[in-house]
Amino acid sequence: MTNKIMCRMGDGERVWLPSEQVKEDILRGTQDAAERAHIPELTSEDGERLFDIIADPSKVVSVEPGEEVIVTDDAASMLFYADQENSGQGIPMSRTQSLLAYERACAADTISIGHTDYSYKQVKPIINYETQEYYNASQVTTAPFFYGSQPNMGLYFQPDGPYPNPAELLPEGKISQALEAQEIALEHLADDLVYIGKRMNAVGCEGFNFDTAASAGDADFKATLKAVSKLKEVAPGMSIEVGMSSEFVMGMHGDMTYNGKRLAGLYPHEQVKVVEEAGADIFGPAINVNTSESIPWNLSRAVTFVKATVAVAEIPVHPNVGMGVCGVPMFEVPPVDAVTRASKSLVQIGKADGL
Amino acid sequence: MGTGDIFGMPTAHILASAMGGIRTAGDLVAWMQMTRKMKIDEAKTYVADKLGIDVIALTDEEIMRQVREDLDIGIITSVSGSAKGIVAKWKIAELLDIEINSVNLLKSKLGI
Repeated sequence: MTNKIMCRMGDGERVWLPSEQVKEDILRGTQDAAERAHIPELTSEDGERLFDIIADPSKVVSVEPGEEVIVTDDAASMLFYADQENSGQGIPMSRTQSLLAYERACAADTISIGHTDYSYKQVKPIINYETQEYYNASQVTTAPFFYGSQPNMGLYFQPDGPYPNPAELLPEGKISQALEAQEIALEHLADDLVYIGKRMNAVGCEGFNFDTAASAGDADFKATLKAVSKLKEVAPGMSIEVGMSSEFVMGMHGDMTYNGKRLAGLYPHEQVKVVEEAGADIFGPAINVNTSESIPWNLSRAVTFVKATVAVAEIPVHPNVGMGVCGVPMFEVPPVDAVTRASKSLVQIGKADGL
Repeated sequence: MGTGDIFGMPTAHILASAMGGIRTAGDLVAWMQMTRKMKIDEAKTYVADKLGIDVIALTDEEIMRQVREDLDIGIITSVSGSAKGIVAKWKIAELLDIEINSVNLLKSKLGI
């Protein structure tokens, strides 16, 4: 085993791979990203640096002093008190206590809260409760403080919402009905997002996070972009972060555009440009993890996408690095060896502005 | 950032790559990304210039602890009477010459 390198698979399983295979996986990973998104592969120097990070015999690795970046989160403090469904630990703490613990015990650069269900549709009926929680906490916290949730347009379709479900209509061949349902739902979603954003802004919200955008496809993404644009107009003092749900915008509708740009099929280096156009301040790409491939393959792929995105971005780029994205294994107790390798690689090679 | 248990995911990233929040200058650099869309190097340079220190010192606890204490902009340990929360954010907004929504709301309540 001494000539082999300790690695992980995309599902977190620990494996020992020959160095030749690690190098081969790094090459295949970057080639896959480059081919899919028509972006440059990592240079040979990048590949060697990535190999060195992966092959480092230390359990935990880190960036060098002076290379540190900012972390933003999607309600990470919720992990203290939430249940397993949110990877939470069930500690009996209030939301404000968990925020203060995250700020002062974990030394997070920024903090955030959100609804336990983490979807904006669920926030609307209890907006008074959420604004009160945010306002109270904002008086005692020092770090920049976001409110976040997911646009999650899927909740606007039957049986969870009022509109016919495109996922049921499309297999039945009811194409026009499926398109119309998404067109109506996106307007409803955008209105709700703006309503919630305006209410949060009214209590002095410092940052508003659209997490897991485009999870229901291109119409979901369009609703998010419309809401960002409107909020920047009516609440210019509230910073906006847009984090994506995956590396590729699914064309559930297919003809959705934003300022003339077709949204279906956009990869991160293209997603960031429409997000910038809408007025957002921070962009979070999410690169899918393939659980059947190794972490060297997954991480090489993620770094390739992120490097290409940062190269064209005019706003800070914070790759999503929770379980199952950007080279972090798809496992709810992410092994710290894999997490810190993803962290270091995305900053040092991908040139991320944050995570 | 994403999800995963608090030790394995956010804490691991914070130790591997983050600036250190209010232990150092992480919150200050974050404000510049949020309010001015600054990329990381520009944001660090801006904050370092405002503090009158080198960029490399922004994440040096031994330096930043004293800087934060002297400026009274919030420190990681609890000292009775020192600025924390909205008071610290008010001072940070003035220090960095930025607008912070929560601070502006308080000012409007006070008629300032």
